[in-house]
Amino acid sequence: MRSVLLACCLFSTASFAGSAYVRVPAGGFSSVLKYEDSKGKQKIVGFELMKNPVTNAQFLAFVRKYPQWQKGKAPKAFAEPTHYLSHWQSALVLGGKVKPQQPVTQVSWFSASAYCEAQGARLPTWNEWEYTAAADRTRHDARKDPAWRESILGWYAKPSNTPIADVGKTPANVYGIQDLHGLIWEWTEDYSAMLVSADNRNQSDPDKSKFCGASALSMADKENYAVMMRVAMLSSLEAVNSTSNLGFRCAKPLP
Amino acid sequence: MGAIMKHLVVPIIIAAALLSLSGCKSEKTDEAAATTAAITDTGGSAAGDFGPPQGEPINAILTSPPLVPPPTGRSTPAKVIVQLEVREVEMEISEGVKYTFWTFGGTVPGSFIRVRQGDTVEFHLKNHPDSKMPHNIDLHAVTGPGGGAASSFTAPGHASQFTFKALNAGLYVYHCATAPVGMHVANGMYGLILVEPPQGMPKVDKEYYVMQGDFYTVGKYREKGVQPFDMQKAIDENPTYVLFNGSEGALLGDNALKLNVGETVRMYVGNGGPNLVSSFHIIGEIFDKVYTEGGSRYQENVQTTLVPAGGSTIIEYKAEVPGTGVIVDHSIFRAFNKGALGMVKTSGPENKAIYSGKEVDSVYLGDKAVSAAPVAAAATATAGGVLTLAQQIKAGEALYNGTCSVCHQSNGDGIPNVFPPLAKSDYLNADKTRAIGIVLNGLNGPVTVNGAKFDSVMPPMSQLNDDEVANIVTFTLNSWGNKGGRVTAADVAQVRKATPRPQGAAH
Repeated sequence: MRSVLLACCLFSTASFAGSAYVRVPAGGFSSVLKYEDSKGKQKIVGFELMKNPVTNAQFLAFVRKYPQWQKGKAPKAFAEPTHYLSHWQSALVLGGKVKPQQPVTQVSWFSASAYCEAQGARLPTWNEWEYTAAADRTRHDARKDPAWRESILGWYAKPSNTPIADVGKTPANVYGIQDLHGLIWEWTEDYSAMLVSADNRNQSDPDKSKFCGASALSMADKENYAVMMRVAMLSSLEAVNSTSNLGFRCAKPLP
Repeated sequence: MGAIMKHLVVPIIIAAALLSLSGCKSEKTDEAAATTAAITDTGGSAAGDFGPPQGEPINAILTSPPLVPPPTGRSTPAKVIVQLEVREVEMEISEGVKYTFWTFGGTVPGSFIRVRQGDTVEFHLKNHPDSKMPHNIDLHAVTGPGGGAASSFTAPGHASQFTFKALNAGLYVYHCATAPVGMHVANGMYGLILVEPPQGMPKVDKEYYVMQGDFYTVGKYREKGVQPFDMQKAIDENPTYVLFNGSEGALLGDNALKLNVGETVRMYVGNGGPNLVSSFHIIGEIFDKVYTEGGSRYQENVQTTLVPAGGSTIIEYKAEVPGTGVIVDHSIFRAFNKGALGMVKTSGPENKAIYSGKEVDSVYLGDKAVSAAPVAAAATATAGGVLTLAQQIKAGEALYNGTCSVCHQSNGDGIPNVFPPLAKSDYLNADKTRAIGIVLNGLNGPVTVNGAKFDSVMPPMSQLNDDEVANIVTFTLNSWGNKGGRVTAADVAQVRKATPRPQGAAH
């Protein structure tokens, strides 16, 4: 409880600075998604990404400053009342079971976007996220390594009925970024365009991703179940939705 | 359609010809036969709409395997509400082996759903807030895109609803169809929905729900602890486990399906896959009827029936004699090395006219005569009074391999839940006199060996003489980590003498 109060006081006066940003240099890579308009490699412009996902303490500081995003006040059209921050004790109290250093979850895409915007940032795009998350401790692209895939699948196989760990406990990848795997799902800016929307980048039938054959059609790397499942998860969501294991981090252009 | 009609017509003509030979009025018979042919076609989906639902909506009764909900008992179409919850749960896949299953209703296979042809089904799919994954459902009973999958894609902590009319009667698989669909199915996300024909299913005494699935774990078969899903094995179609009803013990021991002599039983059998096709068979039983692939027609007198992955079958038979039928996938290594074993225990009076039990059990060595050399050597040594422990063990091994290893296995490990182990066996080591008695007289009823319960029948090995029993028991005591020791023919003779025998028994 004391640490909660401390966090409140620290952040309520200062701007809610949030997590540190880490530079991700420009590069090219192949997404597991099959894009019709860019065969092969995706170009990634250099950007900055938060070292860790946004924590409960950081999000609390945000809703203090922007009361319209407090639990109970956020408009229904932007956050489902039954889920949005439902694990917090009240609008401005985390409560005993919610730790300040855990990543914030039960946040809608709208609220996550608003948080980043208030920081002068934005949510990362899927490509930026996948590009950064393809790394492991020593390599920029570890996706072909069966061990890398297995470790990710191992996390997927665990139900979310145990408390989520604090941020910053997983090893940093080659860029110095942590928690991309093994902690939570994360919103991306263009999540709704990845598979399901009418966006013409990858397909004409908007329902394709939702059943059987779809993943086989729209995934370029069919063996990469580990990444496919993250795509499936994001595809199942509406922007107002939130779940107990879905959080976010922000990105911004290089200074 | 044309082809089907042609097939039907051929036997009719033959029948008519036979009848006319025997002097009946052939024209009339032709007509009657033609009418019969028309009735045997159910009409499919075109004949499956019996109009709007009548009466109050009904909440579907869902059951966990191996139970089946009661017949709908309705003669009119209704609106049926199905509430199915998706849960990701850690459960035992084998003794001491945990696996995270993704389930429809908390069990593998998922809850059994029963509706009537023409019913309007309002389907609610709920994904528990603790789930990590989004899920959906594709019911093969649905006529419509994705079988409902597109309309039921549901994030954790959310619920979806869609409605369909069950136009075709039959037994249908349902499964999760979220990408990667193979992994969702491999984790247990499948079950059965029965769409009863309008007249209902014929009455039987018992109904059961059995569903096969293949599972892929990182650790090998029976490696203890929490076992994660192995994607590569799944892609290679190389399962670690092939199971009925989602765990190795699901239909064994106390969980065996139960019948009484004289009862008729119907089993709704499904195969979730994701990869393997099942050669479904019950050892010691012949299926009187098999509704092939869960459809409307039945084949009769079937030994083994194929159940496709993502398909079903309905079997029916009458339990004629007591005993234990063993349910297997007759691709038989799956049964003995990957767990595809279940049991149907039938109780009731013996009927010796149908099955006698063992009448004669005599030694037949055939080309095993060579391996019997140590036995002969031991016999000679015994006669000369110079039998060594080594000779005895050697002779016991040959006899063991001919007599005991079929059940207890050549490595003495037995078969879990069915045949107790002799290797490192606390039960064997505790009492060698008792061991002699079991070989002589058999064993019927529950025993606990190395902490595991067994409840099977071992017949008396009445064909063995005292020397042979002594050699076998000595061999087992000195093998596979047992404590050692020696049994003599005199020990065996004493036990034999002390045991009261039922009248008519050998010896």
